[in-house]
Amino acid sequence: MAELARDTLREMQLRMLRIRAFDERASKMVKRGHIPGTVHTSIGQEAQVVGATMALGTGDYMSGNHRSHGHPIGKGSPLGPLMAELVGKATGVCKGKGGSLHLADFAVGSLGESGIVGSSIPIANGAALSSKVLNNGKVALAFFGDGAANQGVLYESMNMAGVWDLPMIFLCENNQYALSTPAHTVTSGNIFERAAGFGMPGIRVEAGQDVLAVYDAVSEAVARARAGDGPTLVEVMTYRYNEHSEGLKLGTDYRNADEREAWLKKDPIVLFRQYLASQGFSEEELDGLQATALAEVDAAVAFSDASPYPDLSVAFDDLYTDKESAA
Amino acid sequence: MTVMSYLGAIGAAQREAMDADERVIIIGEDVEANVYGTTGGGKSRSDKGDFLQRYGKNRIRNTPISEEGIVGAAAGAAMTGLRPIVDLSYSSFLYMAMDQFVNQVAKNRYMFGGQASMPVVFRSAMFYGLNTGAHHSDRPYPMFMNVPGLKIIAPATPADAKGLLRSAVDSDDPVLSFEACLLWSTKEDVDENEFWVPLGVARTAREGTDVTVVAISSSVPEAVAAAEELAKEGVSVEVIDPRTLVPLDRNAILRSVAKTGRLVVAEPAHRTCGAAAEISALVAEEIFDSLKAPIIRVTAPDMQIPFSPSLEKQMYPTRATIAAAIRRVVDLPALQPVAAAV
Repeated sequence: MAELARDTLREMQLRMLRIRAFDERASKMVKRGHIPGTVHTSIGQEAQVVGATMALGTGDYMSGNHRSHGHPIGKGSPLGPLMAELVGKATGVCKGKGGSLHLADFAVGSLGESGIVGSSIPIANGAALSSKVLNNGKVALAFFGDGAANQGVLYESMNMAGVWDLPMIFLCENNQYALSTPAHTVTSGNIFERAAGFGMPGIRVEAGQDVLAVYDAVSEAVARARAGDGPTLVEVMTYRYNEHSEGLKLGTDYRNADEREAWLKKDPIVLFRQYLASQGFSEEELDGLQATALAEVDAAVAFSDASPYPDLSVAFDDLYTDKESAA
Repeated sequence: MTVMSYLGAIGAAQREAMDADERVIIIGEDVEANVYGTTGGGKSRSDKGDFLQRYGKNRIRNTPISEEGIVGAAAGAAMTGLRPIVDLSYSSFLYMAMDQFVNQVAKNRYMFGGQASMPVVFRSAMFYGLNTGAHHSDRPYPMFMNVPGLKIIAPATPADAKGLLRSAVDSDDPVLSFEACLLWSTKEDVDENEFWVPLGVARTAREGTDVTVVAISSSVPEAVAAAEELAKEGVSVEVIDPRTLVPLDRNAILRSVAKTGRLVVAEPAHRTCGAAAEISALVAEEIFDSLKAPIIRVTAPDMQIPFSPSLEKQMYPTRATIAAAIRRVVDLPALQPVAAAV
């Protein structure tokens, strides 16, 4: 494990806390009707998200999926415009046109989350192609779940990335359930082992609740990509605490209580707090990080509350780059 | 000016675009070997060596047969600094990539509040009329007209094929180019210098005063031939080629029909929800009072394309079926029973 600067360690915990606080607030706001529609939280998966996003540089690209808030937060996107987007405000990061499912912040290399399972994987692959053709040293990472691991476009993309040696990381967030369906009941073999068929390294991070384990694995993949040695498939084992989406109530107990308890004991934020304490971070400092994250989320909600809804007149903007082409 | 074929004009436009901007790349199946004749030299398949030698493997890339992956990667590349031209060969193959076209290529700019530009061109050939059977004979542009966010061109002449493609490559929005194979070998004088035909501007292929025929893709030369035939009987036919289907030059169509008072729309796509249906509705909504006769569509019927030459040839608009429709709107007696496609 690489020795990391204290600032980096602190930032990791802060970003995980931001995701937790943001998504807990978003969950409440959905239930109170303050956020229209629904959201899919990353609560429980913070180590997997932050370990991956912090292994990337600010200029590197990523694409994501429906579990969509953690990725841009992990990549460093400010919370205010993200929260305003969830509420549908004009100041949203996508001007209120995308919503939770379609967060994107190009300023931090976030090329967009996707409501179609697997659909954004080739977008990151294309960004990696750009980097290769333009020789600009950037890498790209696609987040996708265990559900998307059974979409054909993943394998089309892995094959292209492999044959073209693209600077690409395929990051499987295996939270073990595609909505209510246990991954092992619909997935033949192991996801990470599928990499071998494309001649690329495939790694499983069993300790997916350990942000440093994820960070190390993804950092290796990033280094390989940046060195021109091609793509890597990284499968991270993790667990979502909440239901597939907020407000969803299923009649079946598809995840048993013992399993949930076992995962709660490996909570990524608690684990990393213990690690930081062992590295000499004071309790006061660690409490301060938590307070900072909560205050940032309060400020994000205040920013959203104070923002106007978009004017009807802008509904037709941004369809094309020129207004004349819109009907 | 120099004589160019439709296919040669596309090749010339691609070469000009590659020369003009190093962010332009060409990816697709068999582009390295110039199998379809548009990644070679200026005039023909064998002319002046191929693009691979000229631009190298970094910018001319054979792809695996993975349409969904190709279209998605081109979209991602376009969002991050390249300006890809994607050669998808047969237009029937576009269906393989429908999710990427509809959910990513078309929607990303809007969904992301204008953060994404999508400067990418998807070229495909419509192989209808060549006895290639139902899986190779599609004319699918109307279903993409139903997807907001895409621009669509359907050039009918070599000059338009060259000039529209340059504008498509320069567009910061995604453009689908539908090229009819029946037109590949047509030739005309084309400016060998760079020129651009703007998107969204129709061409008057022939001027007239009695009837407007709006014709699309390979129906354009058929409509012009029908017009020449009717001229001998004293009927003056104006032929409008929209060239771009999205954005559609509504004003050019409305102006012409307002002048003639009669409209026939001819296209090789299926009848239901086709471009002809859209153009007919546009005219009926906007200038109904100018119409002196009901609008007539001449299209392919809503059925599969049969393989046998004897069956396939009656599927698409011909000069005879277009002429028959013109005769109906000007109240001339029919010369012969009208084919089923009318």
